[in-house]
Amino acid sequence: MNIWKMTLREIAFRKPASLLALAAVAVAVAALVGSLMALDVHRRQSDQVLEAHEERVDALMAELRDEMRKASLKLSYNLLIVPQGQHLRDWYTEGYGRQYMPEEYVDRLSSSNLMTVQHLLPTLQQRVEWPEQEGRTILLIGTRGYVPHLHQDPKKTLDLGHMVPAGTVVLGYQLQQLLSAKEGDTVRLLGRDFAVHRCHEERGSRDDITAWIALDEAQELLGRRGQINAILALKCMSCQGVGLHSVRGEVGRVLPDTQVVEMGSRVLARYESRLRVGEEAKAALEQERQHHASMQARREATAGVISPTLILAAAVWLALLAFRDVRLRRGEYGILRAIGVGTGRLLGMFLSKAAIVGLAGGALGYVGGIVVGLHFGRDAGLGGGSSMTPAELLRPDWAALALTVALLVSILAAWVPALLAARTDPAMILREGGR
Amino acid sequence: MLEASGLTKQFSGPEGMVTALSDVSLRAEAGEFLAVRGPSGCGKTTLMMILGALLRPTAGEVRIDGHDPYRLTPEARSRFRAERIGFVFQEFYLVPYLSVLENIMAPSLARAHSNAQARARELMGRFQLSDRAAHVPAALSTGERQRVALARALFHEPKLLLADEPTGNLDAENAGRVLRDLAAFAEGGGTVLMVTHHADAAEYAQNVVQMEAGKVVKAVVPQ
Repeated sequence: MNIWKMTLREIAFRKPASLLALAAVAVAVAALVGSLMALDVHRRQSDQVLEAHEERVDALMAELRDEMRKASLKLSYNLLIVPQGQHLRDWYTEGYGRQYMPEEYVDRLSSSNLMTVQHLLPTLQQRVEWPEQEGRTILLIGTRGYVPHLHQDPKKTLDLGHMVPAGTVVLGYQLQQLLSAKEGDTVRLLGRDFAVHRCHEERGSRDDITAWIALDEAQELLGRRGQINAILALKCMSCQGVGLHSVRGEVGRVLPDTQVVEMGSRVLARYESRLRVGEEAKAALEQERQHHASMQARREATAGVISPTLILAAAVWLALLAFRDVRLRRGEYGILRAIGVGTGRLLGMFLSKAAIVGLAGGALGYVGGIVVGLHFGRDAGLGGGSSMTPAELLRPDWAALALTVALLVSILAAWVPALLAARTDPAMILREGGR
Repeated sequence: MLEASGLTKQFSGPEGMVTALSDVSLRAEAGEFLAVRGPSGCGKTTLMMILGALLRPTAGEVRIDGHDPYRLTPEARSRFRAERIGFVFQEFYLVPYLSVLENIMAPSLARAHSNAQARARELMGRFQLSDRAAHVPAALSTGERQRVALARALFHEPKLLLADEPTGNLDAENAGRVLRDLAAFAEGGGTVLMVTHHADAAEYAQNVVQMEAGKVVKAVVPQ
């Protein structure tokens, strides 16, 4: 005969009460393990979703970077170089600048060791009234055509396709319509005759009211000899990693009293557009991450209320059962004390029952908690549990936690009733006939 | 063997102090069967509890086998009871979920026995309980239950056997059997102190003490 054998007999003898105690522990532990399991399933599922999303964003970003790299190789920046003092606001509102710089700048730029700029187009632009056409306002642009970057390829033939030969004029669409001019006709402009070199198709821009003539002739007509007010740097190749900032830096070193403006190139537009797509994708990922984190926090908060509440309720229930037990077993305690069983041993008997119930309830609750957690995880639209391995499902740390909590709750709940039983005066019980 | 002198016990109740026992002295030698008689509420059970080292007297002294149990610590007093005193009660106080064999062995929880099961089986044989070894108390007759309680009381071969109305719930046949067993224990050298209000039961005793209102009024020699 020993305490454990006696305790097991007692548990088997009082089945309903023992089962109620077992159920209380099991429910409390199941709530705890179930909460942990559901949170884990949710966390795993969130991780999977976010990982997949992150992979998609990474792939998109890689694609964008690659696309940008290819685009940057094929396309180019178009830059406008104007004097330092030129207000860009005036430039954009009037369509030309009122500040001037020496024409020699374009040669200086051309002969510099500037690697990224391919073509330079010096211009003198000014809005003028056309006295021969009833004072009509037009934009007169003097240009000497593209200045190649000679140091890069000295033998390369200069492309004269956009050059305006001396004594000729290129007319925009509206001017051509106004004059009903065609190539070879003579047009009088500011007191001088020009042969029509070419007429542009309609462009829907200020080009339609523009007349292009040779730069030196424009300088002479406008009284700006040796001066220009803009240099267009065309096809500034953007090598990998070389951006607008770098190009500006290069031009700034050669022509310190100028400013460089990017002229809405397709590269930039596409780059910005892709950048926006990338940023939006990243933002969406971050938003989803926050959403999952918020859901996880809500679940943790709920679990943080439910689990302790159920554990507390189980402890109260176990304590009530234990008090009932003490009352029912008064006669037993009385006679055991009378025949010499000490208070320590009696306390041990009571607590060993609590330990057995706690461990058994903890084990049941642990298994139940796994099932409940998976169920709730799936109910919440999560499938994370289905792909979990047995090792992930049956975690030893949770099992240890479940058994520890069960044991603690059970023993703590039985502690006061056990002390009461152990300290009960046997003489009083036996005199009262065990009642 | 058993000596009590000037035992007084007072309890505090709702109406003040109640004296349950007043200046009781008695003595029982080894091999003596002493009966304490008296009406209900006269203090018999209180006297038995004090003599059984379960209830400290308000005044007076108890000596069992030369020792005063009330000078011991509670744990030492528990061991003292386990070694020297056996108890039999009218209500039997058997542990309901233990078998007859296990109930008889129950004192081994308090004090280990070198061969507990053999000792329990020996007692079952002596009290004609061998065929009931595996039965729980609910499956026994009242006479059998009291015999199990008696066997349990004798498990550690006590020197003093205290019986509180041991025949109170038994028919005449079973009562006679239990009383004969108590007498046999005394004949074997043990001391029996039985508390009863039955005159018939007291007839098995060698000496009878009559109590009334917490006092010993006279010593009666049974016929």
